Formats: sequence, C-alpha cells, structure tokens
Amino acid sequence: MAKAIQIQVNGEQRDCLTGATVGDLLRELAIKTERVAVELNLEVLDRKDFDHRSLKPGDRVEILSFIGGGAPVDVQGKGKDFVHAE
Amino acid sequence: MQNDGLIIAGREFTSRLFVGTGKYKDFAETKKAIEASGADVVTVAVRRVNITDRSKENLLDYLDPKKYTILPNTAGCYNVEDALRYSRLARAAGVSDLIKLEVLGDERTLFPDTAGLIEAAKILVKEGFIVLPYTNDDPIVAQKLVDIGCPAVMPLAAPIGSGLGIRNPYNLKIIMEMIKVPIIVDAGVGTASDAALAMELGADAVLMNTAIAGAQDPIAMAEAMKYAVYAGRLAYKAGRIPRKLYATASSPIEGMLQ
Repeated sequence: MAKAIQIQVNGEQRDCLTGATVGDLLRELAIKTERVAVELNLEVLDRKDFDHRSLKPGDRVEILSFIGGGAPVDVQGKGKDFVHAE
Repeated sequence: MQNDGLIIAGREFTSRLFVGTGKYKDFAETKKAIEASGADVVTVAVRRVNITDRSKENLLDYLDPKKYTILPNTAGCYNVEDALRYSRLARAAGVSDLIKLEVLGDERTLFPDTAGLIEAAKILVKEGFIVLPYTNDDPIVAQKLVDIGCPAVMPLAAPIGSGLGIRNPYNLKIIMEMIKVPIIVDAGVGTASDAALAMELGADAVLMNTAIAGAQDPIAMAEAMKYAVYAGRLAYKAGRIPRKLYATASSPIEGMLQ
C-alpha cells in the first residue's frame, strides 16, 4: 500500500498517496478540471500538466474557480444606509 | 440602431451594458437578471473552490461561456503582486486573456491605487493579457493606461457599490474627449438615470453590479438598466440641444390672434 503524505489544499491539511499527481487530487475531490485553476507552491499550472505534476510532502496546493463577483463588499455591508447630503 | 456594436480588442459586443455577478441571492436569480439586462459581458471573481462541500454549484453551470464573454476581475486585490497572481489564475481557469484589473488602495472607499494599477497593467500587457483597468476618473491616469496598451479604460462614476451616481461628469467628459479607446464607466451607478447619463456623456459602455443585484427587484432593475443604457446611447448619438438659461418658444408667434 502506498504511503500517505501530508499536503496543504486551500489552506487545509490533507493526506494524499505518495506519487499522487495534481490530477489525482482533483479527481479525488470530484473537481472538474476544465473550470479550475491550480497553483502549486505559488506556481500557476497549465491544465495539461495536472497529470504530470506529482505531489510532495508539504506542498501547498490552491484550487480556484470563478464565483459571482463584481465588488468585494456585501450588499448588507458598510455604507448601506449612507445618504448623501445634497 | 444598426451597426452600433462595441469593439474592444477585436471583439464585438452588441450590448453596451456590462454586468457583475456578485451579491445575488442565488445562481437562478443571477441568470434571470443577466438575461433581463441583455448584457454580453459578465464579470466574475476568482476564489478558492470549496473542497469540503462539493455539492455547491458552479456559476458557470448557469452562465454559458459560449453565450457570454466571461470577464474575470481581480476584486479584493490591494497590491500589484496579488493582482498579478489572480490575473494569472483567472487566465489558467478561464477561456481567454481578458482581465478586469483592479488594484484597490483602500478598504473603505475601494478607490483604485492608480500607481499600482499602472505597474500591474504594464506587466500583464507584456504577458499578453487584454487588460481592462478599473481606474479613477482621472484623465491623465486613463491616458497612461492607454499608452501602456490597455484597449479600454474603466473609470469609476462613484465608489463601488455606493449608488451615488456620476459624481464628476466633467472629468468623465474630459476622459471621453481625450481618450481614443472605449470608455466603460464602472462602479457607483445607483439607478437607471445614472446609467443613461453616463451614456449621454459619451461613455461607450457602463458596468454595474450592485445597482442591479441590490435592487428590491433585481430582474426588473436589470431590464431598466438595459433600456437606460440604450436610451442614453441613442440620445448621445442624436446630439442633445445646448442648455440655455431662458426660454425659446416651440410654437410660432405668427398667426396668433391680434
């Protein structure tokens, strides 16, 4: 049985098998590769390299995708009730 | 209006209203509002995937990238490094080199850090990005961004999400007269008349999020914005009459009873 190694995925500690690739990790997490970007130790990976980049102990993986966005302030947030003095 | 498409970096858009996708109550509402707005270009943010709860739906399940031009932004970035990092991630996640570049200077106002913006824009243009920068209503900064190679500039009307409308129409007008690339008025619009005014001033497009998503009825407001942008554009092209202090009679005096 392959030994487990510890990596960090989106800021959380996680175990994965020795020799696992970024592609393996995404499949394990049930994440579709066509809609995400992956950063491995601050290096943005090309999608076609996901299956060629193996993970090492202590690697930091960030998996990102598109979410609804315009501005970062919540509708209910600060400034909501501000009334301009005309 | 025939043949009035907006062309940015060789891409043609039918609608001159660009919309954000944040702050809606759910993806179904997002989709309906965007359909009602008639927008071709929709902005999105790039964030960590939720790896613990995979049941969460994906925005792109609701917004077909074949139907809409997805414009990723660097919202929430307060320095050049972060803006570059998010831009590169957006390109890796997405379908194009388009990026709405935001380098923010202050959390309370969300005003752009224009020095950081120019620095980041230079690097990204060199890397082949199509950079649409969110900037202040400063004509000199706008010109610098054009000189760097930005194919459009996006000056603010008022602080993001403020709904204050166009706070400095004269600066925006100067930008529109000085700058030879499309001007997209971005941020601060509160209601339909604000969008119409931006277009009447000569903006090539208007980008908004909160004015629609934060309205009591976002879908109705999206439709209102569609017409406002269209009406403002028509009025701009038609050419308004000059403002005069005194009346000019519309009806002839001749033929009146003696």
